Amino acid sequence: MHELSIIENTLEIALENAKNAGKIHWLKMRIGEISGVVPEALHFAFDVVTKDTIAEGATLEIETVPVNCYCQKCELEFKPLDLCYECPNCGNLHTKIITGKEIELTSLEVS
Amino acid sequence: MCGNCGCSEVNEVKFHTHEHHDHEHPHNQDHDHHHQKIEIGQSILAKNDRLAERNRGFFLAHNLLVVNVLSSPGSGKTTFLQRTITDRQNELKCGVIVGDLETDNDAQRLRINDTQAIQITTGTVCHLEAEMVLKAAQKLNLKDINLLIIENVGNLVCPAAYDLGENFRVVLLSVTEGEDKPLKYPTMFKSADVVIVNKMDIAEAVEFDRDKALLNIKKVAPQATIFEVSARKGLGMENWYNYLNVRSRNLLLT
Repeated sequence: MHELSIIENTLEIALENAKNAGKIHWLKMRIGEISGVVPEALHFAFDVVTKDTIAEGATLEIETVPVNCYCQKCELEFKPLDLCYECPNCGNLHTKIITGKEIELTSLEVS
Repeated sequence: MCGNCGCSEVNEVKFHTHEHHDHEHPHNQDHDHHHQKIEIGQSILAKNDRLAERNRGFFLAHNLLVVNVLSSPGSGKTTFLQRTITDRQNELKCGVIVGDLETDNDAQRLRINDTQAIQITTGTVCHLEAEMVLKAAQKLNLKDINLLIIENVGNLVCPAAYDLGENFRVVLLSVTEGEDKPLKYPTMFKSADVVIVNKMDIAEAVEFDRDKALLNIKKVAPQATIFEVSARKGLGMENWYNYLNVRSRNLLLT
């Protein structure tokens, strides 16, 4: 359950960016499919961590980022069919993960 | 969309105002309806990644080869490391940082022939972070060691995302855990430089399907070098030691 640390770090970044605001109403995050982070656990941790801060009661919106890979041999970007990330063109297993590992704070809405 | 009142007039770094009108607020906070959207776009792990890079520089300055060892609880990390430290004591001076939720039992087991071992007790935290590792490393006499082993908290999920500043990652899997473990924890296995299949001495007794397991590892983690060992019986460890030798030599060449 490292979601608690993730949310603590997220809140830290949010509070830094909302120094001049009285209230944070909305936080948007991007979470990659293979980041190892479970969105439900983030929501749970969020409610606990934001208590007694200017983000208490705010909405946490999570956008899931799908896995996308790149085959250097074929110069092909593709969406893998399973966990093997095999290039659909040449069968190469050594492909590069382009998206899907994100754990990001995208934006805030404050007043 | 404005998260507070549902209006759609929220623009980037712009205030929007609307006439105040009486309505029930979804929360009890008084506010003036000036909503501002702040674009951030920052990785939450950026701070850890930065600190990990700092660690890497620090370790390199000390001519230290650093390995991050990860597995589920009970795969045999500590036994594997005990065997490595004992067998290689003439060639490698090891120092160990051990992460566990509670107790310093593992650090005690690894203090073989004056091997320096520091226990990080993480409490509720299920992984090690770069900052914890630096603090622990500073308690070791780094001049006396050339291989720093970080035994991470037993967990195949959370530690995957945390770079500690290591040179390479070893992920252990024991034959009792099932052949499909790499398929269940792809993020961890995809981050491995080495996969150790441990407890091979009891493979037959637990009807371990070796071919299937190796195929799964190769499919999910084609980048990883695989060693099949029994740390308890000392079987198959030579290949791992050769790998360590090559890594140590390469470090000195950089």
